[in-house]
Amino acid sequence: MPMVDIDWLKDHVEVPEDLTYEQLARDLVKVGLEEEEIHASQVTGPIVVGYVVDATPEPQKNGKTINWCHVDVGDEYNEVDENGNKVPRGIVCGAPNMKAGEKVVVTLPGAVLPGDFRIEPRKTYGHISNGMCASERELGLGDSHDGIILLREYGFTPAEYEALKPGDDAMHLLHLDQPLLEINITPDRGYALSYRGVAREYHHSTGAAYVDPVSALDGKTPLAEGLEPGTPTDIEVSIEDDNPIHGVPGCDRYYARAIRGFDPSAKTPNWMRRRLIRAGVRSISLAVDVTNYVMLDLGQPMHAYDMDKLEGPIVVRRAREGEHLVTLDGKDHELSVEDLLITDSPNGERGSRIIGLAGVMGGLYGEVTAETKNILLEAAHFDQVSIARSARRHKTPSEASRRFERGVDTQLQPAAAQMAAELLIRYGNGEASEHPTDVNNVPRRRAIHFKSTEVARVTGLDTDVNRICDILTDIGCGVAGGGNGEFSIMPPSWRPDLNEPCDLVEEIARLVGYDEIPVTVPPAPVEGEVGLTDDQRRKRQVADELAEYGLVEALTYPFVGDEDYRAFAYDADEIKRVSVEIANPLAGDRPFLRRDILPTLAQTVRLNLRRGLENVSLYEIGHVYLWDPQAPAIPALPGGVRPTDEQLAALDAGLPAQPMHVAGILTGNAVETGWLGERRAVDWSDAVEAVRRISDRLGADLTLDQPAPDDVPAQWHPGRMARVLAGQTVVGVVGELHPHVNEALGFPAHSAAFELDLTALFAALDNAPIQARPISTFPPVKQDLAFTVPQSVTAAALEDAIREAAGEVLESIELFDVFTGDQVGEGMKSLAYAVTFRAVDRTLGSEDSETIRKAIIDRAAELGAQLRA
Amino acid sequence: MAQQAVFDAQAVTEAVAEGIARIENASSTEELKAIKTQYAGADSAMTQASKAIGALPADQKKDAGKLMGKLRADFGRAFGARETELKAQEEARALASETVDMTLPIRRKPLGARHPLAKVMEDWEDFFISMGWRISSGPEVETEWFDFDALNFGPDHPARQMQDTFYVKGSQARDAAGFVGSNMVLRTQTSSDQVRALLEYGVPLYIASPGRVFRTDELDATHTPVFHQCEALAVDKHLTMADLKGVLDKLAVAMFGPEAKTRLRPSYFPFTEPSAELDLWFPDKKGGAGWLEWGGCGMVNPNVLKSAGLDPDVYTGFAFGMGIERTLLLRHDINDMHDLVEGDVRFSKQFVMGE
Repeated sequence: MPMVDIDWLKDHVEVPEDLTYEQLARDLVKVGLEEEEIHASQVTGPIVVGYVVDATPEPQKNGKTINWCHVDVGDEYNEVDENGNKVPRGIVCGAPNMKAGEKVVVTLPGAVLPGDFRIEPRKTYGHISNGMCASERELGLGDSHDGIILLREYGFTPAEYEALKPGDDAMHLLHLDQPLLEINITPDRGYALSYRGVAREYHHSTGAAYVDPVSALDGKTPLAEGLEPGTPTDIEVSIEDDNPIHGVPGCDRYYARAIRGFDPSAKTPNWMRRRLIRAGVRSISLAVDVTNYVMLDLGQPMHAYDMDKLEGPIVVRRAREGEHLVTLDGKDHELSVEDLLITDSPNGERGSRIIGLAGVMGGLYGEVTAETKNILLEAAHFDQVSIARSARRHKTPSEASRRFERGVDTQLQPAAAQMAAELLIRYGNGEASEHPTDVNNVPRRRAIHFKSTEVARVTGLDTDVNRICDILTDIGCGVAGGGNGEFSIMPPSWRPDLNEPCDLVEEIARLVGYDEIPVTVPPAPVEGEVGLTDDQRRKRQVADELAEYGLVEALTYPFVGDEDYRAFAYDADEIKRVSVEIANPLAGDRPFLRRDILPTLAQTVRLNLRRGLENVSLYEIGHVYLWDPQAPAIPALPGGVRPTDEQLAALDAGLPAQPMHVAGILTGNAVETGWLGERRAVDWSDAVEAVRRISDRLGADLTLDQPAPDDVPAQWHPGRMARVLAGQTVVGVVGELHPHVNEALGFPAHSAAFELDLTALFAALDNAPIQARPISTFPPVKQDLAFTVPQSVTAAALEDAIREAAGEVLESIELFDVFTGDQVGEGMKSLAYAVTFRAVDRTLGSEDSETIRKAIIDRAAELGAQLRA
Repeated sequence: MAQQAVFDAQAVTEAVAEGIARIENASSTEELKAIKTQYAGADSAMTQASKAIGALPADQKKDAGKLMGKLRADFGRAFGARETELKAQEEARALASETVDMTLPIRRKPLGARHPLAKVMEDWEDFFISMGWRISSGPEVETEWFDFDALNFGPDHPARQMQDTFYVKGSQARDAAGFVGSNMVLRTQTSSDQVRALLEYGVPLYIASPGRVFRTDELDATHTPVFHQCEALAVDKHLTMADLKGVLDKLAVAMFGPEAKTRLRPSYFPFTEPSAELDLWFPDKKGGAGWLEWGGCGMVNPNVLKSAGLDPDVYTGFAFGMGIERTLLLRHDINDMHDLVEGDVRFSKQFVMGE
C-alpha cells in the first residue's frame, strides 16, 4: 500500500512545520485512511558532509587502485593529531569518482547503515580508514554503486551547494532520518492512491489549506477540442471495442501527447529519485521515472512510448483468439478476447502490432530506451472491470492496474500529461506538442438525487442542511437544488464510488465525524422466537457433558488428505469421490474436507501424545462435509436482486450436506487416582459411557446395535464396535479403534472412540414434554436372577426380554455380574441381574412376584437363557 | 444350688463401695462392663443381698430395701458417669486415629475442559439472546452468491480478490466474471449469513451468527486459515448508526468489563455504507489502557437489502462482525495463535469450563 512522505505531501497541502508521522497517521485515520505501519529510518548517524582535501591513488597488488584520502568532516568529527590539532580524517576509498575538492557523504564510526552495516575504524590497504564515503546503495537511496555520492551532482543550486559545510548533518540533507507512513487504501478510494488524494483527505481531516494541483495544470494544457478541423494531432487514435464487458467500453478516454527532441542521456533529478525510492518505486530512466512520478503524485497511470517506433493509428481494441504478448517483464501471455490492448498499425495494417496490455503492463516493443528522442505520453481511462479481469487473468497486478481497477479520475488525463511534459522538458529538454490527441467518450455522469434527511435516517446525525452542502462541495461535488432539503449532486470525476445517496451519507458522516453520532440502544425485538433454539441448547449440553465426563474440547482444522485416510484405513479413492476438495489448498497433502471428525481429532490427540502428555482424551463438535458427486452445478447470480425461489433452491442444491457431528477419542487411563491407587486403562466401555451420558443428558434413549465382526468397518475393532441408534436411525458409532489404527496413530492399545451425527440425533428427538410417572409408596420386591445364555445373545436383548416380561411393575433392573468360563460351559455366558418390582396401586404379594418371575424365565428361555440355580 | 444368702448390710455396703471405687479407676468401657457384671450382676453381693431381703423379718425389710435402693442408685450413678467419661475418651481416641491429611490431592473424577473459543462463542450468543436477538448459522461450504454477490461484492470487485478465498472444486460452471469454477467457496466471513437469514426469517430481523470462517493464510503467531467470527445483523424500520454504536458499547462491556467502550473509524466494506472499522477501548491492555482494532461494522448497504428483496427506502439496518480469536487473544493475553489452534490440553485446561 502507498507510502506517504510528508516532504512530498507539502506540495499540495499546508502541513505544520513540526508535523510528525505519528500525528499524520492520526489525522488520516480519522477520515478513513488507515495506518499500516510507520517505517522508521533504516539509518543512524553520524553521517555528515565531507570535503575531500586530498586523494592519493595507490595501485594495489590485486589490480585495484584505492584512494588514500583526507576528508574534512568539520571540527566536531575531525581527527586530533599528535599536537592536539584538529585535522581531516584519513579514509580509504575505492570509488573511481573520488577526487580532491569534492563534497561527499561520510559515514563515521558509530553509524549504522541499512542491513545493520556498522561503520567502524578498520585497517585496510595499510591505512587506518576512519569512516567511509558512501554510495547511494550503501545508504539505501537507490541501486547505484558505481561510485560514491558526489553532492555536486545532487540537484542543489550553486548557492545551496556552496553553503554545504564539512560536518553538516547529511542524514537530514538526504532525508535519511525521515520515517515514512504506509497507509491502507480501501478499494472505494482509488483517488487516495496519489498525493493529490491523500492531501485532499488531510485537508478534510484537519482543515489545512489544500490546492488541487490539477487546477493549475489544466490551465496550462493546450486545447484539444475546438481546433480547426484538419489540424493534425500527435497521432491518430481509434478506440474500437467490439467486445465490451457488461456493455461498458474498455477505454472511454485516450489522451496522447508528444515530447520531441528529448535528451535521452538526461538524468532523473536526485530529489525525484529520492521520492520514488522512498515510495518503493525503482528509478529506471528519466522518461519512465517521470511517468511513475506523475502517477504517484496525481493518480494517473501513464505510459511513455518511443514515438519513432510507432506507426499510427493507435488502435485500442480487444485481443483476438490466439494472440500473444510478451510484456515488459519478459513474460509471454496468451491473450483472451476480453483483454484490452493498445496496438499500432505498421505498414498500414491497422491495429496489427500489440504494444501493451491496456492499463496493466506495456509490451516489449515500443518502450522508451536509452536512445529515445521523441516520446509519446499515454494517459488513458480504462474500465475498472476490464483491467481487473486482465490483471487477474494474467496474474500481473501492477501499480497501474491497481489504480485503474479502483477507478481513475476521468478528467485527469490532460493535466497528467501536462505535468509529465513539464518535468521531461525541465530535466530532459525537448518540446511538448501543442496538439495532443484526445479521444474522449467519457459518458456524462448521472446526478444523485439526494434528500438531506437521509443523513439522519441512516446515521442518526442531526446535521444542518448548510453543513451538508459545505461538506459535499468540499469533497468536490457539484451541488444544485436545495428546496425542501432535496439536492441534485454531481460527484467529482475522481470519485467513481459515489453513486447512491448512501455513498453521500457516508461522506457526510465521516467528515462530520463518527464520534458525533449519538449512542442509542434499539429496543428488544418483539417479533420472532426468543432464546436459544432446542438444538442450540442441546449442542451446549453435549459439549458440557463431555467436558464434565473428563474429556477436553478441541477445535481442529477440517482438512484431510492421504495420510489421514491411510491412518484411518479408508479406501482413499472411494472417500475422495465423496469428499469436498479445495481447489487452492494450503498444504498440498490435505486438500479435502473431512467426512467425519475422528481423523482430524486424531491428529490433535497425536500432537498431545508427542508432547509427552498422557491420558489424552479429546472431543470436538463441528461440521463434516458430504460431497455428492451428482450435485448440480451452482449458478452464478447477480447481487442486488432477490433471486427467484427456484434460483435460491438451485444455490442450495449444489452445496454439500454439512451435518454437525460430535466425536471423541479416549486414550491412556480412564481412571487414574494417583496415590489412592485406583488405575484402569481406557477401553470400549469408556466410549460407550460417553455416548450413554450424551443420551441421558439429552433424554435421547440411544441404543447400541453390534454388527457381526465381518460387518465392522476397518477403522474399528471387529469385536468391539457398535452402531448407535436413535429409534431406528443410525446416528453414530462407538467402540475401540482397530489395533492397526491405534498403532498407525501412535495411540495406546485399546484406545476408544465415538462419533455421533448430532444433526440426525437432534432431529430424531421429540420435543414433547416428559410425561411424569406416579411414584409408588408401596414396598418393593427385590430379586436376583442369574441366567446362562449363549454368547450370541446380547445383554441388550436379554434385558429387553426381561423388561418386556416384567411389564409395568419393573422398577429397576441392574446387571451386576457377567462371567464366562468352565462353570457356564463352552459358548455360554452368565448374566446376573438385580431386579426390583413395585406396583403403583398395591403391595405385591409372593404370588405376584412368583408370577412375574415365571414370566421372565419363560420369556428369557425363548432366547435360550436358562435360569441358574 | 447356691446357699440361701443372708442379708448383711455392712458387707453389701462395703462391696458396693468397693465396686464404686473400681468403677472410678476403670480405664475402658470394657473393664467397666466387667465391673458392672461383678458388682451388679446376678452373682454380685448386691443382687444376692436384694434377694436376701425376702428372708428378713418384716420390720427389717423396709430399711434393707431403702439401703439397697440407695446402694443401687449410687452404683448406677457412678457407673453412668464413668461410662460417659470413658466413652467420650474412647471416641476421641478413635477420631484421632482416623484423622487424615485433608490436603492430599484427590482427583477421582477430574473435569475435562471446554475449548475457550467455543465458550466465548457461547458468551457472544448469550449477550445477543439477552437482548432478545436470535442466533442463526449458515453453511461453511457456501455459495459465492451468499458470500460475495449478495453482499455487494460483484464478481469483479477488487475486495473480492482481497479476501484470500479457499475455492472449492466441484461441479463446474462459469462464474459471473466468466472464470470457470464451482461458484462455491469456504466462506470467508460469517457475513454470508446476512442474506440467508433475511430470506429465511424476513424482517424485522435481529440475529447473531457465530461460526467458522476460512482464509488462505498459513498458520503463524497471528494468523490461522480457520478461524471464528461473530456476525450481528439488525434490519428494521428506524434503525440508525446510533443504534449500532449503542449495541457495540454494550457488547464491549459484556466482553471486556464496565470500562470498555468502542470507537468507529471510517472504512470500507462492500456490504455496508457507511462503513467503519471498530476500535475497542481496552482497559486491561498490556502497557496501559488503549484503543485496539476489534472488527468492522456499518449500515447495511441498500444493495444487500435488495438482494433479500427488501425496500431500502423503508428498511435500514446495521451489521458488525468481530474475530472471536482476537477477542480471546486480547482478553487473556495469549501471545501466540498456535495455542488457540493446536488443541494442546494444557492450554484448554487452564480455562476448565469457562474462559
